[in-house]
Order: sequence, then C-alpha cells, then structure tokens
Amino acid sequence: MLVSLKWLKDYVDVDLTAPELAESLTMAGLEVDEIKLIKPPFTGVVTAAILSVRPHPSADKLSLCEVTDGLQTYPIVCGAKNIQAGNIVPLARVGATIPGGYTIKSSVLRGEKSDGMLCSEAELEVGDGAAGIMQLPPDTALGKPLEEILDLGDTVFDVGITPNRADCLSMIGIAREVAAITGKKIKIKAYDIRESAEDINTITSVKIIDADFCPRYTARMIKDVKVGPTPVWMKTRLEAVGLRSINNVVDVTNFVMLEMGQPLHSFDFRFLEEDRIVVRKSKQDEEFISLDGKSRKLDADTLLICDGVKPVAIGGIMGGLNSEVKDDTSVVLLESAYFNPSAIRRSARKLAMSTDAAFRFERGIDPEGVLGALNRAATLIANLSGGSICKNYIDEYPVKVPAATDIPLRLSRINAIIGMSIKSEDVVKILQSIGMNIRETEEGKYLVTPPTYRVDISREVDLIEEVARLYGYDRVPVTLPSVSVAEMVTIPRLELEERIRCLLTGNGYNEVVNYSFITPLSIDYLCLKENDERRRLVHIKNPLVEDQSVMRTTMVFGLIDTLKKNANNGCIHLKLFEMGRTFLARGEGKLPEERNILAGLLSGTSGEDLWNSKRNVDFYDLKGCIANMFFDLKIDNCQYRSGNPETFLHPGKSCNIFLNDSKIGYLGELHPDVQDKMDLKINSYVFEIDLDMLAAHNAGGITYKEISKYPAVTRDVAFVIGTDVETDYLLDIVLRQKEDLLENVVIFDIYTGKGLAEETKSLGLRFSYRAPDKTLTDVEVNYVHEKIVRNTIQLTGAKVRGE
Amino acid sequence: MIGELQQLEKDALAELATATLEEQLLAVRAKYLGRKGLLTGLLRNIAGLTGEEKALFGKRCNEVKEYLTSKIEDALKLQLGRKKEDILLKGKIDVTLPGRFVPCGRIHPVIQVRREICAIFASFGFSVVEGPEVELDYYNFEALNIPKDHPARDMQDTFYIEENVVLRTHTSPVQIRIMEKVQPPVRILSPGRVYRPDSDISHTPMFHQMEGLLVDRGVSFADLKGILTSFLKKVFGDKTTLRFRPSFFPFTEPSAEVDIRCVMCSGRGCRVCGQSGWLEILGSGMVDPAVFQNVGYDPEEYTGFAFGLGLERIAMLKYGISDIRLFFENDIRFLRQF
Repeated sequence: MLVSLKWLKDYVDVDLTAPELAESLTMAGLEVDEIKLIKPPFTGVVTAAILSVRPHPSADKLSLCEVTDGLQTYPIVCGAKNIQAGNIVPLARVGATIPGGYTIKSSVLRGEKSDGMLCSEAELEVGDGAAGIMQLPPDTALGKPLEEILDLGDTVFDVGITPNRADCLSMIGIAREVAAITGKKIKIKAYDIRESAEDINTITSVKIIDADFCPRYTARMIKDVKVGPTPVWMKTRLEAVGLRSINNVVDVTNFVMLEMGQPLHSFDFRFLEEDRIVVRKSKQDEEFISLDGKSRKLDADTLLICDGVKPVAIGGIMGGLNSEVKDDTSVVLLESAYFNPSAIRRSARKLAMSTDAAFRFERGIDPEGVLGALNRAATLIANLSGGSICKNYIDEYPVKVPAATDIPLRLSRINAIIGMSIKSEDVVKILQSIGMNIRETEEGKYLVTPPTYRVDISREVDLIEEVARLYGYDRVPVTLPSVSVAEMVTIPRLELEERIRCLLTGNGYNEVVNYSFITPLSIDYLCLKENDERRRLVHIKNPLVEDQSVMRTTMVFGLIDTLKKNANNGCIHLKLFEMGRTFLARGEGKLPEERNILAGLLSGTSGEDLWNSKRNVDFYDLKGCIANMFFDLKIDNCQYRSGNPETFLHPGKSCNIFLNDSKIGYLGELHPDVQDKMDLKINSYVFEIDLDMLAAHNAGGITYKEISKYPAVTRDVAFVIGTDVETDYLLDIVLRQKEDLLENVVIFDIYTGKGLAEETKSLGLRFSYRAPDKTLTDVEVNYVHEKIVRNTIQLTGAKVRGE
Repeated sequence: MIGELQQLEKDALAELATATLEEQLLAVRAKYLGRKGLLTGLLRNIAGLTGEEKALFGKRCNEVKEYLTSKIEDALKLQLGRKKEDILLKGKIDVTLPGRFVPCGRIHPVIQVRREICAIFASFGFSVVEGPEVELDYYNFEALNIPKDHPARDMQDTFYIEENVVLRTHTSPVQIRIMEKVQPPVRILSPGRVYRPDSDISHTPMFHQMEGLLVDRGVSFADLKGILTSFLKKVFGDKTTLRFRPSFFPFTEPSAEVDIRCVMCSGRGCRVCGQSGWLEILGSGMVDPAVFQNVGYDPEEYTGFAFGLGLERIAMLKYGISDIRLFFENDIRFLRQF
C-alpha cells in the first residue's frame, strides 16, 4: 500500500526523517519496500512582489518590471498583461528550472536586461491558468520556495501489509502504528454533521435478504450535489498514492476508504428503481455490467446490491454502470457496509476482480467503523459539492459481527514464548499503546479486549506477538535451545543418492535439475505403448504453458530435452544425470505415485577436448559406468538382460537392469525414430534406475577374504560359438560349475571374421586358478581346467578354437 | 724421494681433474697406479734407503695409492651416472602437454547448497525428512492454518491438480505429516522441490525450499534467534550481521523475517538489495498453537519454531547469479562452473 507522508501527518506528528520512519515501520512488521519522493516539477522558484511595471521602450507587448524577493530587486522583462505593482507572483530566478527542461538565464531582451522570469500556473504545471502570471494571496511571505507555499511535493512509502493486518490498510491505520512506535498521540479532527430537515427514511429504505453475506449495511443521502472537480488538497493526496481524480463525489469515497479503511460506494439515486436498496445473493447466470463496462455472468453465490428491480452493484467488489455518479447527478445515496470476508473473497476470485474494496473487505474491515466512515464521507461530499445531508441514516445490522473480548493473557506465557523476562508494566504499556483495553486480574494475569479494528487478534498468542514485535525483536536475546537428546533418523535412499552423486560426478557426469512438469506430448515423443503405465499423466489444471502442463512420468524426456538445448548452443558431448521424482496418476481423489528415479544421458564423443583419447561414446561406456556404480554400492548381483526393454531405445542396443529378478531400470541407445521425432542427430545413450528399489535392496556388509600368498596360474581358451549367444550365458555356465580353485574368468578377446565360420564368434576367456594354502601344480590346474572346458563345450555346444 | 712422491701425487690429481671420459680415467689409473705405473716405479728405487726411511716411504706410498685409487673410483662412478642420465634424457617428453583424464562432473549448484545446509543442521541434530510433491490441500494449507477463502492464500499462488490436490507450494506440509506420526522432541529438516505459478528473472514455477522444525518443551523465540544466527553465520561467514523483523505466516506466531546485511554492498545499498542494505534470507516463527492442535500436540506443553528458505536464493547470493532461470536451463557451460 502506498502511504503519503504528508497525508499521514494529518493524523500523527512525525519527527522522524523518512528513512528513520521507514526503518521503524519495517521493524514493527510493516515492511517498507521503497521510499519515493514526489518532487515539484520546478526548482528555484520563489515568491516575489512586483514593485513597478512600465512599458518596454522598444517592444509593445513587453513590460519592464522591478521585482523583489525581499532581499534583492531584479529587473524582469515580462510579456503578460495581468500584472501590476503590488502583485505577489512566482519568480523563477536565474538558475531556476521549470517544466519542459528550461533553465532560467540572465538575458537581454530588446536591449533591456532580464534577471529571471515570472511564471503562469501552466508554466509551472501547478494549475491550468495559462493566460497570465499566477497570482498568489497578497499576504504571502516573500522569498519562500513556491513548493512550500503551495505545499507541493511529498514522500510516499510503499508498505507491504501482511494479510493479517487489515487494520493497516488506511492512513489512520498506519498513523496508529506510527503513534504506537513513536509514543505520539493520534489526532483526528472532530466535525459536525449538518443535516437537513428531510429524513432519509421517508425517501428510501434498505432490506438485507442474505445477512450471512452482509451483516451490516448503512446509508446516507446527500441532496443538491453539484458534481465537479475535486480541490487540490484532496487531489494531491489521492494522486500521491496512485489514484486518479474523477470528481468530487467519487474522490471522496476513495479518499475516505484510504483514510479510514472502509470502502464506500455512491449511487446516483435517480437510477435506483422503487427508490430502495435490496441486498441479496445472485441467481445462477444472472448478468450484470460493472463500472468497468464489462458484462459479467454471475454464479449463484455472489452478493448483489439491488434496487427494487435490478442489481446496481456487486457487493463489496464493484459498482454498476447503471447507477454510477455522473456529471449531472444531484442526489447521492452513500453506502457503507460490512460484508462477509470469505464471501467477498470467493466472489472476487471467481470474477477475477481484485479491487481496492474487495481487498479490504476480504481481509476484514472494522465492523464498528462503518458508521464513522459513512458520516465522514457524507460530510465531505456535502462540503465539496455544496449538497445537503438528509436527516438520519439507515443502519441495518441484523447479524452482530463477533468481536474478541476479554482474551486471557499470562505474563509467564509471554516470557516462555519469547524467551526472556519482560516486565508487567512494559506489557501493559505496549498493549495500551495499540488501543488494547487491558486489565490485570491477578499478578501476571490479564484480560485484554482489542479494539474492533484489530480483527486479527482473538487468542493469547496473538497478543504475545504484539508484545514481542513492539518490544522489539532485536531486544530478544540470542540463546541456543536446551533440547532433549533425540536419535537422528536417516533415509537410506538419501545416503544412496549421495554416494551415487559422488561416483557419477567422479566419472564425469554433471548433475542437472529439470522441471518436474513436461509436455503431454512427451509420451508420444517416446512412442510409449498404449498400455504403458507412464501414460498415466498427472495434469496441472492451471499450467503456465502447455509445455509444462503434466507431471513427468519418466525422467528421460527431460534429459533428452536438456541435450537438445545444449546442442543448440553447440554442446553435444554430454554426460548428465538427474535424481528426482516421477509421478504416476492413481485416479481421482488419490495422490499420484511418486517414484525416486536416477536417470542419465551420455552423448557425442568422449574426450572431445582431449588430444589423446577422442572417440564416439557407445553402449559399453554407459554400461561400464553403471556397473562401476553398482560396484561402489556393493551390489554384485545385477543382471543386464537384453530384449527390447523400451520403445524409445534401439532394439539391438539396449537392455533391462535386474536386481534379484526385479527390473530396476534400463539402459540403451536412443531409438533413431525418437531421435527423428525430436529432431536430434546425436549419438546418445540413456538410462533410468529406480532408486527406491535400489535402496530397498540390502547390499549387506563387508566381510574381508584372506588374500592368498600363493601364485595364480592362468589358462586361456577361445570358445567359438554362435554370434547370437550372449557372453553372460557362457560365463554363467562356467561359473555355475562352482570350482573352488577357479578364482576368476575375464574376457580378453572377442573376434569374428576370417578363419571363423559364418554366424560364429570367438570368445577368448582367461581362467585364473589359485589355492588359498599352496602353490598349484600344473597337474592340479589342468585337471580342473579341462573339466570346466569340457563341461562348457558339452552344455553350450561351443567349440574350442583351433581344435 | 718423498719429494718425487709428492710431485707424482700432484701430477696425478692434475691429470685426473682434466679427465672426463671413462677411457681417460682408466688411462690415468694405469699410468700412476698400474702394475707398470709410476708409483710402482718409485717403489722400485727404495734400495738406497735406510730401514727406517724405507718404512716411512713405503707407508707414504700406500697412502698416496689409496688416496688416488679412491679419487679415480669416485670419478668413474660420477662418469657412469652421467652416462645413464644422458641415455634417459634422450627419452624426454613434453610435460606441458595435458594429462589423460576423465573430466569430472559437477554437482548442481542448488544441490550443493542443499548439502551444505543439511550438513550444518545435522550438526544441530536435525534429521532430513521427505513428503510428497503432489500434496493434499489439507496438508499444504488447512493443517498449516491457511483456511480456504483466506487472504493468506494469496501469499502463495498455487498449481492445482484437482480441487483438493495441489503441487505443494512449500515444504511445510512435511512438518504436519511428520508431527502426525511422531511425538516431540522433533528436529527435522525437509528440503525439496516446490511449485508456484510464476516465471520471471527472480521466479521459476519450480524451485527448492528447505523447511526446518524444532519442537520440544521450553523452546522460545530467543532459541529461534540462536539457531538461525549460528546457521547464517556458518553459511555467510562469522561477520554476517542479521536482523529479525516482525512478519506474518499463518502457521507461526510470532513470525519473523530474517535479513542479513547485503553481501554485495555490505549495507551501503545496491541493486541486489534494492538499495535497502538488507537481504531477505528466510522466514521463521514460533509454531502457531493452531498447527499443534491440528496434529494433536498440546500447545501448553510443547513449543517450537519453524523456518523456511529458498535454496536458489542462497545459491544466487553465494555465487553471484542474477537470473534464477539459469538453474533449470541446465546449460552445461553454467553447470560446469560449480
């Protein structure tokens, strides 16, 4: 909310400088975001008296004046006709600046010296008068800056009002806070209401049908109004806080709303059919044209202010075009009401109308301030427009708005919550400073009744907060809690993630964070089958853009998208990973299933920037990295099973990853069709692993195995088998024989081509044999080795190469 | 005779000093110490000496021989060493060429900040907890004392999935879920992704928040100040100046916004702090009794405080990043700087 310092000073004396005041408000919970200075559009213009005027000797249209600012006399050449000796006028002295970017210089006009300029209202942009020099009252002091005399310029604070402080949405509200902080008194001028003889009750009536939405409705009538411009003092105040002046009736309703926090509405009474007001809820699809000229279709629960026939305003939100005050309005019906905050908020949201009035009503206005604002506004309208206020007012108040009274407060509780000892007299003083009625019932126990405008205060803790904030947070000591010892709980998956993060970054992978929402087209880009569970999208009702309108069901799409974006910047050699969640819909009313997933992408060439190791990345680069990760995690029973795991992967270069016979993920090359669809032409490989499943797997502890002191003996064999036979199959058969002396088997060579039959390959295996307790002899090794080879041949149909 | 011996020693040393190659050294040895060498020659001429003189001369000759022998041996060793080094130097490589390596990857800056903060709070005994990102309206709002149709809902614009299902706007719902399950003492930290429909240079529709909660008997606002002061000094340095200023959050009362002196301008006022000299870092407050009632804690018995901060904001200040959107564009040239 914008707060004009000049306006504020109408209600409280302020000795502080603007930055000091801003600091004080901020530290009391009214955060000042910005201090703006409103400066007059000129500088160096002072009040001056004309001593003499005589004609210019060589120019008919000009006069020569002698002008004094009280200290010095200046010769001025002037072209205006409305000046004579004795006038008090604005003088722009040499060096002054005036609107339009002009700086006044000493000059010679047709041979006569001129040390300044006399100004019109228009030239200074302080009024419309352009015909002659601006005339100031004859008793004006000389030599004073014009802005001081005209009271121009202001300081405006942009104050962030938190939703609980409805009472601060007005100048008087802020003034009350300033008074409490600085120990000053609020000053509100008393005024008399002069009423005419005609009783409002003989002219109009108010009937509230839906009192739950409108607990209180008050009205006054002002007759013989002459709608016209608003005086400068009110106009400048409204403009300082960003409101455009409209006329002397509408401006008053705005002015009083800003002054007292009570939104008001003025109706042109001649348009109210049957001369009465009816307050009711709208009917379904009822149509209404609001002041902004927009036609709106209402649902059944919008509060309407109606006349005897039709709606004339959306209650608490906006008036209607059909009853607005016009230039020729003469009878004004003024409304000041209390509307139900939730009802107003619901309607304002639904209609997307966040007006100043709705903003205040939905936060809760002072139910007991309704009448005061009505009287104030009626008086101002009458004063500014020459109208007369009818006798009496209407106050329909069918439902008493509940107000908190006698809230129990304990000194011990205050001190326990704040964590220090505040004296009883300080508590009393602080609460009294903000208008609370406080009674001490026994030592350290009080009953507190807040003023009715403090709708946010109903509990002991609300009072404690008031004490704390006005006592000053900076005076609260800094202590460390003495808490009970409690065991720290850890989430195993998070520890797993940390290990993976270290390992993958060590292997050159960079962590990315993609948005959790993606395009609904993702599932088609990835060619997911009709029955794929990842088609169970969670849709966002109000997305910012269509591309971010569903929650991801797979992480891989985001990585491909990241690759694309980087490729546009010329970076195609990427190693990326992300850990995050996917979301699978479980149907209406149920929260989706959230899975924690690790995903990675490898693309382009490896060692791109290196002089010594550049080559295209391939499947085995990614698989090696994943296998290394499992080694680090002490998971040694992972299996990579071929068989076209995903529609978006190359069918010949992809596999599922299994752990204990459960699928935990996949890896493979991106399918060329998917690449085409996504307009990518980059060698790329991706994987996803379910982190929850990985974390659920108990990797077991570490048990040290004695290192043999005796040498190992190796034997190499090249098996020739069909090209379609997978290495794992052969190795599995070898290892399944469970020969104790066989320490390990590695693949040292793979060969196809010359010397081998079609559709066969040679798989070179190196067997390593070792005993824990002795050096093996050739005979012992050969016995076991030949047995293994023989069995392998028998079980697989492989041949030994060269035999 | 002694004079001749002295002369011989002097000559031998002089020749040795100029000999550099192995052959030259061997020649010097043969010339002076060899079987037909000059020293042997001198020894042959001792016939004319008395017994006493013979003994003395013989002793001196041996001394000279030993001395020269060791000198020549040393020179030969040195020479051999030089020769080996010459051979090795032929295999000299360009050590300024870059090494062969797998360039290591980087951890995302927001995650780095998350790790750092989690570690600090772990030292205070806070455990990390998690909750769903797609959340019920009840946990995200109502249980946190933010009723429907309440203006406090304006503080956080919301993505809706269904009428009562939202993308969580903060990680605070996790505190409700945890408190429903466990009795105090509670010391938890819930980091994670949160969502609000907003997108500009300082807002992204998804960002990371970290929420902390401590509940026990006798916890006060002064304790809140203590923990958060220690925390912020650990993150931004011991000399960091803080201020706690009153604010409003529906689920805490009293509530405090915590600012630090601007890290860019040290409080003089700059673009980063909007000329105020202060940076808003986190929101905090004493848990509102209404929240305790919602989870079945007795607010008379237990008190506690909660705080929440945006991880991107911390990362932006720490690393001097001016546009929050960079965190989610995942430009490799950005990621590799952290």
